[in-house]
Amino acid sequence: MTFTGWLTIVVFVVVLTALAWPLGRYMAAVYTGEHTFMDRILRRPERWLYRILRVDATRGQDWKAYAKSLIIFSLAGWLLLYVILRTQGLWSFTGLNPEGFHSAPWNVTFNTTSSFLTNTNWQYYGGETTMSYFSQMAGLTVQNFASAAVGIVVAVALVRGLVSRSGKSIGNFWQDLIRTVLYLLLPLSIIIGIVLVSQGSIQTFEAYLTVHGVSGLTQTIATGPVASQEAIKLLGTNGGGFFNVNSAHPFENPNGFTNLVEMLAVLLIPAAMVFMYGRMVGKPRQGYAIFATMMVMFLGAAVVAYVAEAHGSPAQHAAGLHTGVIAGSSGGNLEGKEQRFGIAGSALFNVVTTVTSCGAVNSALESFTGIGGAVPFANLSASEVIFGGVGTGLYSILLYVLLAVFLGGLMVGRTPEYLGKKIEAREIKLVSLGILITPLAALFATALATASAAGRASIDTAVAGHGPQGFSETFYAYLSQANNNGSAFADYTGLIQPNAGNLGSHGITFADLLGGFEMMFARYAPMLFALAVAGSLAGKRVSPAGLGTMRTDNATFVVLLIGVIVLVGALTFFPALLLGPIVQGLTGHLYS
Amino acid sequence: MKRDIISSAIGIVVLTLLCGIVYPLFIAGVSQVAFPGNANGQQIFVDAKLVGSKIIGQNFGDPVINKKTGKVEMSHGNPVTTPDPHYFQTRPSGTTPADNAAGSSFANYGPNSTVTLAAIKSNIQTYIALNGRYYPGGLTAAKVPVDAADTSASGIDPEISIANADIQAYRIAAIRHLSLSTVHRLISKYTLGRGLGFSGEPGVDVLEINLALNRLSPSTR
Repeated sequence: MTFTGWLTIVVFVVVLTALAWPLGRYMAAVYTGEHTFMDRILRRPERWLYRILRVDATRGQDWKAYAKSLIIFSLAGWLLLYVILRTQGLWSFTGLNPEGFHSAPWNVTFNTTSSFLTNTNWQYYGGETTMSYFSQMAGLTVQNFASAAVGIVVAVALVRGLVSRSGKSIGNFWQDLIRTVLYLLLPLSIIIGIVLVSQGSIQTFEAYLTVHGVSGLTQTIATGPVASQEAIKLLGTNGGGFFNVNSAHPFENPNGFTNLVEMLAVLLIPAAMVFMYGRMVGKPRQGYAIFATMMVMFLGAAVVAYVAEAHGSPAQHAAGLHTGVIAGSSGGNLEGKEQRFGIAGSALFNVVTTVTSCGAVNSALESFTGIGGAVPFANLSASEVIFGGVGTGLYSILLYVLLAVFLGGLMVGRTPEYLGKKIEAREIKLVSLGILITPLAALFATALATASAAGRASIDTAVAGHGPQGFSETFYAYLSQANNNGSAFADYTGLIQPNAGNLGSHGITFADLLGGFEMMFARYAPMLFALAVAGSLAGKRVSPAGLGTMRTDNATFVVLLIGVIVLVGALTFFPALLLGPIVQGLTGHLYS
Repeated sequence: MKRDIISSAIGIVVLTLLCGIVYPLFIAGVSQVAFPGNANGQQIFVDAKLVGSKIIGQNFGDPVINKKTGKVEMSHGNPVTTPDPHYFQTRPSGTTPADNAAGSSFANYGPNSTVTLAAIKSNIQTYIALNGRYYPGGLTAAKVPVDAADTSASGIDPEISIANADIQAYRIAAIRHLSLSTVHRLISKYTLGRGLGFSGEPGVDVLEINLALNRLSPSTR
């Protein structure tokens, strides 16, 4: 461990907070229809879009109408993306398929489409060997925007339900969707995209480069419109890399500075939404309490991961390597990590992207040490509430808040209420279902995949061996897809690609379909429960806080909330975690 | 229902045009004007020939010639290479062939695996075989910097640690008949620092330093 390593973590947290707070204010203004400084530029295109889409943005929707619009819009997006990906060759006339890639097989495309629709960006394909520029731009990038916006609007709708004083409306889906894209995602993506290019990320439509290497070997370098996709991939907590190795690729993440910018881009909106929340409910302290909860858990994860990775791995020690800091090298477990990020930059990046539903990686999770790798596991086991995905993080933690309020109410023996609204049996039923669906999907799918030969076909035993690593990577695959994260212990695969071009590639149907259905189920079911909670709360009257009302904006509540999150995660996942990462973390034994 | 379907269909097409076509074109336009070098991948030309990208690692190896047949040895359709001692060597790569910038991939070596142990041991052996006899006092596994023994993430890591470069410097100086201080000067010249002075780790850009070496003392081949 080094001083600069710790400094990176500290600076990151400070800058993140400093940027998220004003953005939260701005977002609150955007979603409550207040005036913002962007109105002058964006008001007119916004109105055009309403006209083109034939929507009446002033009309409020109840939760069912809101959910219906959301589901139908998502279905339309699924169909278009599937068609674009399956007809990849037909779009070569645009000049945006210089490598002449064919479409990926149907089963892999099913998985990929479901993956980008659900903000997961789980990738069984390698970007630069499978996807044309056209597919990356008009297909994947579009869903990076759309899926992020869909996540955000659900959270906004839930907040409206909490503050609504009367009536049933939780807002208008179309207005929320368009405002999210226009006022939030596009401007931020443009800024981040240009910053990335200024540092060495690329944005070109030319064919791959052929290089006459210095020692006489030929090298082909994949290129493409990378920066535009990279920016939204991070801001929208999508995580699908333009290249197979994601943010480890020098064109996606060229240096230590961009690494910092990219980490900030991932957590910016999820953190801002917590401040937005406090503002929208008119009680900033409620937002601060949630922010504190998230930050405590985040810092815990970051510290454990950094210490574990800096210590080095059993395999390194068995080979006789010295993994301490020496002059000119920061040591540690550099297996599957890039020199320019070092241990701290790699550990922190992967913590940032696994607490959120981003799932981008700048180093190989599969090669993290047992404990270092257990951190992403733990983050996913907490169901993406430590900041979480854009929108999903806020609505998921609000479900946990309601659960904590309920448990707190049981302890002190009073009717639980939150922000003056009574939390009753109906809400708690919806909340419990909303919280339990993701773990249920993850464990069910993992069980299916480990218990069946079809599932085990995805494990490459030549690399993973027959030890706990094979279980770890399977479990991680379905945990990641259930949480719509998308990061991977990347040895687990659903696509066999024999050649650099994608001729002759074929999918592993079992893994592709199981993962695809799991992602959609674990995305839309909790969303519907969150919207149902919003609808249920919207109609409730607000009663003034009394002496016996449990406060939800102080340290006691933060501790209670962390306790509930950890308890639910631990009770659900501990047995499974024990079989994989924890075993590996506790032993120096090498498995063959 | 019908209204939703119409709005959805139009909506997704409009979003495709806006976010999938206009937005990437806009970023491309701005970058190609403001940062043309970066936007096209920092291509480096020598004698009008493209020799690489500054930020993409490449294989500084020589094809292995089979002594019996006189042909280049092949493995799975790719030439087998051996490190060219005239050049600084990049980190071990998990791609096939090594440093494949058209198909980046992780090696995915697990922390508790004998496969990983074997890979690391083999990397250490290669490194010691290449540099050991030039390094004062010789090299042992414990003296090999981790970045020289561990596979990179991208498989095309353009940088090596300063400790790694310092060890290779002895070999380069001896083979190219340069003074050690000259090589050290190049190392500090082509070291890329931390972001903002603290983010990440410094590293030596291997392509750039090798090109500088060629300018100083042309490769013997």
